[in-house]
Amino acid sequence: MAIFLDAASRIIVQGITGSEGRKHGARMIAAGTSVVGGTNPRKAGQTVELSGQDVPVFGNVGNAMAATGADVSVVFVPPAGTKDAVIEAIDAQIPLVIVITEGVPVHDTANMWAHATAAGNRTRIVGPNCPGVASPGKSNAGIIPADITSEGRIGLVSKSGTLTYQMMYELRDIGFSTAVGIGGDPIIGTTHIDCLQAFQDDPETDAIVMIGEIGGDAEERAAAFIEKNVTKPVVAYVAGFTAPEGKTMGHAGAIISGSAGTAQAKKEALEKVGVRVGRTPSGTARLVREVMQTR
Amino acid sequence: MDLFEYQAKELFAEYGVPIPQGKVASTADEAGEIAADFAAVKGDGTPLVVIKAQVKTGGRGKAGGVKLADTPAEAQEKAAKILGMDIKGHTVHTVLVAEDTDIAQEYYLSFLLDRAERTFLSMCSVEGGVEIEEVARTKPQALAKIPVNPLAGVDHAKALEIVEAGGLPPEAQAGAAELAERLWAVFTDEDATLVEVNPLVYTGDGRVVALDAKVTLDDNASFRQDWARFADPTAVDPIEARAKAKHLNYVKLDGSVGIIGNGAGLVMSTLDVVAYAGEEFGGVRPANFLDIGGGASAEVMANGLDIVLSDPDVRSVLVNVFGGITSCDAVANGIVSAMALLAERGEAVRHPIVVRLDGNNAAEGRRILADAGLPHVEQVATMDDAARRAAELAAAASNGA
Repeated sequence: MAIFLDAASRIIVQGITGSEGRKHGARMIAAGTSVVGGTNPRKAGQTVELSGQDVPVFGNVGNAMAATGADVSVVFVPPAGTKDAVIEAIDAQIPLVIVITEGVPVHDTANMWAHATAAGNRTRIVGPNCPGVASPGKSNAGIIPADITSEGRIGLVSKSGTLTYQMMYELRDIGFSTAVGIGGDPIIGTTHIDCLQAFQDDPETDAIVMIGEIGGDAEERAAAFIEKNVTKPVVAYVAGFTAPEGKTMGHAGAIISGSAGTAQAKKEALEKVGVRVGRTPSGTARLVREVMQTR
Repeated sequence: MDLFEYQAKELFAEYGVPIPQGKVASTADEAGEIAADFAAVKGDGTPLVVIKAQVKTGGRGKAGGVKLADTPAEAQEKAAKILGMDIKGHTVHTVLVAEDTDIAQEYYLSFLLDRAERTFLSMCSVEGGVEIEEVARTKPQALAKIPVNPLAGVDHAKALEIVEAGGLPPEAQAGAAELAERLWAVFTDEDATLVEVNPLVYTGDGRVVALDAKVTLDDNASFRQDWARFADPTAVDPIEARAKAKHLNYVKLDGSVGIIGNGAGLVMSTLDVVAYAGEEFGGVRPANFLDIGGGASAEVMANGLDIVLSDPDVRSVLVNVFGGITSCDAVANGIVSAMALLAERGEAVRHPIVVRLDGNNAAEGRRILADAGLPHVEQVATMDDAARRAAELAAAASNGA
């Protein structure tokens, strides 16, 4: 099962002929992922060789889906073209589009989301500015390193890429059902709450790790959601206790505005609903280990 | 990027949003001259101009950064007091000298992101001129929050809906709605994440005017906007400016442990872990945020070390890298080359550097670093222990100095 992505997922790469698209397309294939095609409107009909496999290039997502049965698209198109690429995927009604691109203007992201909503939410958007989705042993869509962890029964949802990798690596002996990097932008497609719901419903997930950071109130809203809807154990980590007010810390969404968006407030909201919050990434991994051992 | 009030008002003027006439001064004499120009036009004995400190923070009025002046001489005198003032850590380098406005009523109006609903939001209230957080807390029913669909935008009907929801009186609605429509154009066409008018003023002669202006622009959109005119050299930390020129994501903080890591989340986390460990050593804290990104090449690592070590407050450095796509052997080679590059540039490293490498091919990476025998580099296996060691070394260096 896993969530969003499994062994049957058929993946295309939008921007497959660019350097990022080629590099990560090849890595996905090497990890055993079924990459069935890619798009570039100027190179339709050609093929690109990735990891010893000839991957067909199509003019648009609709054509790629018709020819290959693709149901997931991973977007590496640069920021100036990201919005159009995602809207193309939505219009083609692909079930899942994962937007890796960093630096997408937030007005474009808001437009993508409004477009997906107007189209009846047939397309799940993950990202932008995210590392992607990995269901270890099954499929890897994005830039998450495939060989740092193993298949298992922890579900992970995170705003941060490297903290995701670190957690997957520290708990590699226990393993993960799915790790979802939702991205650190102020507006994102799939949220902590969407993933919590999916993990709660996934019979192959026993416990959930949630990684948050300063900015906005997604963690507070996730806490309220957990209290009402999640019966599986949740362990959390929040980064940015030492971040100063008014400074963007790397991720576009990671900024404390006035007294809103602090790590302390997020931690308190999560602990209030019974979520255990680790003090460091390693401490968080230890908490997850305890939870998994007592099951 | 936050704009100064005067910059935000320049944008407003370009979009036809009514604002009081005003000009920026960086000296008291200039402020006096601007006031004299207004006096020549007006000359009816009422308070003549308002002098407003230009700082990118709230609470200027309470801090004494906003003053009325009746004469050009008084304008000069008040400007002299405000210029150079420190408001919440921001030094006042310029003042806006604006014509005084005959205020009948004060409202609030803004457009912003709604992170939770993944869309845009307009907020409007008849309770303006006070901190809007205060209104939200004490009179939430007086603050209308109206979702704005990005695809539909704000036309005249939507603008009227917003100002009616905010409870603006009938006499002000037409003017406020027209202003709201223009403000929406600023928000979308300029890629803003916030445009806020507080107060929005209904004047004695029945006009609706933006008395104050706050605009935040989306840095991600700079590739399609011309924002060079908004650059503010006075506000940028010199090390931050050098880092930016080298395309490094650096934020100066106030501690003594220099931090380099890959990935924004991991670096934020590293700052926290160093601060926790530092409690044990008399409150040692991180000196900066620096994310060198996933690649961590030798050149980027060299630039990063160069930037971090140029901070005179730094006593030790913690390099915290998780090898994912870029495996640890490549990162280790990067650090070795970076040290050689710095030596070539004649910037020999004098502070201890604690390195924690973990992830893909960690054993090989650690071996490469150990074999290189770099004099100032010490390896620690885990993030928590490495943070502790870096804090300890910084404390020792500070005590020794």
